[in-house]
Amino acid sequence: MLFIFLVIGAVSLCVGSVHIDFGHVLRYLARALTGNLSINSQEELIIFSVRLPRIIFAGIVGASLSLGGVIFQALLRNPLADPYVLGISGGSALGAIVGIVTGAGSFYLGVPLLAFLGALATVFLVFVVAGGTRGPLLDNSLLLSGVVVNAFFSAAILFFLSVVNSMELHSITFWLMGDLSRASMKEIILAAFCLIAGFVFLYAQARKLNLIVQGEETALHLGVNIERTKQWLLIVTSLITAVAVSLAGIIGFVGIMVPHLMRLVFGSDHRLLLPVSALFGACFLVIADTLARVVLAPAELPVGVITALCGAPYFIFLLKRRAG
Amino acid sequence: MSIICAENINFSYAAKPVMEDVSFAIDEAQIVAIIGPNGSGKTTLLKIINGTLFPDAGQMLIDDRDTFQWSRQEIARKVAIVPQETAVIFPFYAEEIVLMGRFPHLSNYRFEDKKDYRIVHEAMEKTDTLAFATRRFDELSAGERQRVLIARALAQEPKVLLLDESTVFLDLKHQLQFLTLLRQLNTAQQLTVIFVTHDINLAAQNASRIILLYSGKIYAIGKPAEVISAANIKEVYDVGVLIDKNPQSGLPRMTLLA
Repeated sequence: MLFIFLVIGAVSLCVGSVHIDFGHVLRYLARALTGNLSINSQEELIIFSVRLPRIIFAGIVGASLSLGGVIFQALLRNPLADPYVLGISGGSALGAIVGIVTGAGSFYLGVPLLAFLGALATVFLVFVVAGGTRGPLLDNSLLLSGVVVNAFFSAAILFFLSVVNSMELHSITFWLMGDLSRASMKEIILAAFCLIAGFVFLYAQARKLNLIVQGEETALHLGVNIERTKQWLLIVTSLITAVAVSLAGIIGFVGIMVPHLMRLVFGSDHRLLLPVSALFGACFLVIADTLARVVLAPAELPVGVITALCGAPYFIFLLKRRAG
Repeated sequence: MSIICAENINFSYAAKPVMEDVSFAIDEAQIVAIIGPNGSGKTTLLKIINGTLFPDAGQMLIDDRDTFQWSRQEIARKVAIVPQETAVIFPFYAEEIVLMGRFPHLSNYRFEDKKDYRIVHEAMEKTDTLAFATRRFDELSAGERQRVLIARALAQEPKVLLLDESTVFLDLKHQLQFLTLLRQLNTAQQLTVIFVTHDINLAAQNASRIILLYSGKIYAIGKPAEVISAANIKEVYDVGVLIDKNPQSGLPRMTLLA
């Protein structure tokens, strides 16, 4: 899977509004790996300062969203749940839009920071609506309060969209549909750090997740301290997804589709499911982003359009298959 | 020393009292049946015993220590429960389910080792589930699933085994096999068994003591011959029965009167 990711990454380096020969790409990469980082040609400039960071970023975001999907699906024991159902996207988007509209975006990391705060506030709000941190957190009440909070944020976003001027409107719209092109190197490193730290934590919880999907009572009977485990999982997962959403905007369907596909192929053991979902999520988003760059070249599509175009039919297929 | 001890337990869901002043003590290596009509508090009592629910008043002691002082993991090493049914949303293999029974014995960063797999293998052998170890749990029949859940409980290596109607889906052969297994574990490993059942004959034939619950109170407690009487059953279940002796065991046998 890691190999597949590397191949996809290399191929995706070649294509774009300027085509670069695959052989050249490999040669440049090999040279960079041996420590020679000088940039001698326009092709190298495109690869190292534009495409490579973007591909890495797409991989990080894809992996983060997929991990978020795996965890939320396990916690809510609902294969259709993902970070968005719980309203994290809505909160994050609202934070970002407030940033753009109020001009906080002119400060360093202003918009991502607000988006991140928005996401965390959402998680908190969803908790409160669902009945607070005391007492058992019922899965259905969490899901429902996520839906409610999300609906509220959508309305707030629409409100802002209807009062801003057209320049801001364009940048907000792009952000709302997912945009992998704006992250700076520092932001990419930040996201990578959160992803890796989060993954290490989540992987240690894999066996608990296996028990939690058996039902909370079963998990309790088998020795899982369910309340504390759930809270930690929610906090860490929210962090990972909030970072991804705040830097890349709203990219839908990755969090639902990837874990679901991986479960079909590899089974439900989270010790396997977590790593393969992260890797496949990375592959998927790199492909989707490459398509987004290529389809209308030299113009670009928001990557969220591509994921939704793949995701929605897949979703219908799933529902149909389940019904039949 | 009794392994399980309830002292004046009161419990209510919201404002509805379901357990009133319940006290009993269960010694190690006893087989105890809990019987009683629907809504008499049988399942609630099991949940209080394994610390899933805490009494509003009174104490539930495991090894003379109040259940709320135990961590979930500590309890799971000591007490296993076989639930009535589990809903399965995500596909797992039967063997993976049984392997989950090892969870309380493992730390986060440790994988199961040979010993864990051996215990799982033995548990599956005893419950006759090895044949479908690599089949998906949700594709098994209700009886097969129940045996897998029993295997999972055995893999926990508990000192106390709680059973909530765990034989209802089993066919005759597997019922007998399971009851034999319980008696073996009971004598060989001093396993304490507490089972909830609607089958009064099953309770009478297999339990050394019976707790008869009636609307949240203990109506009768004692040896099968002391608890299973036509008068008690009439009062608690509101049905007429004939009690005679099982010709093989000499224990009370109940026949419903039409």
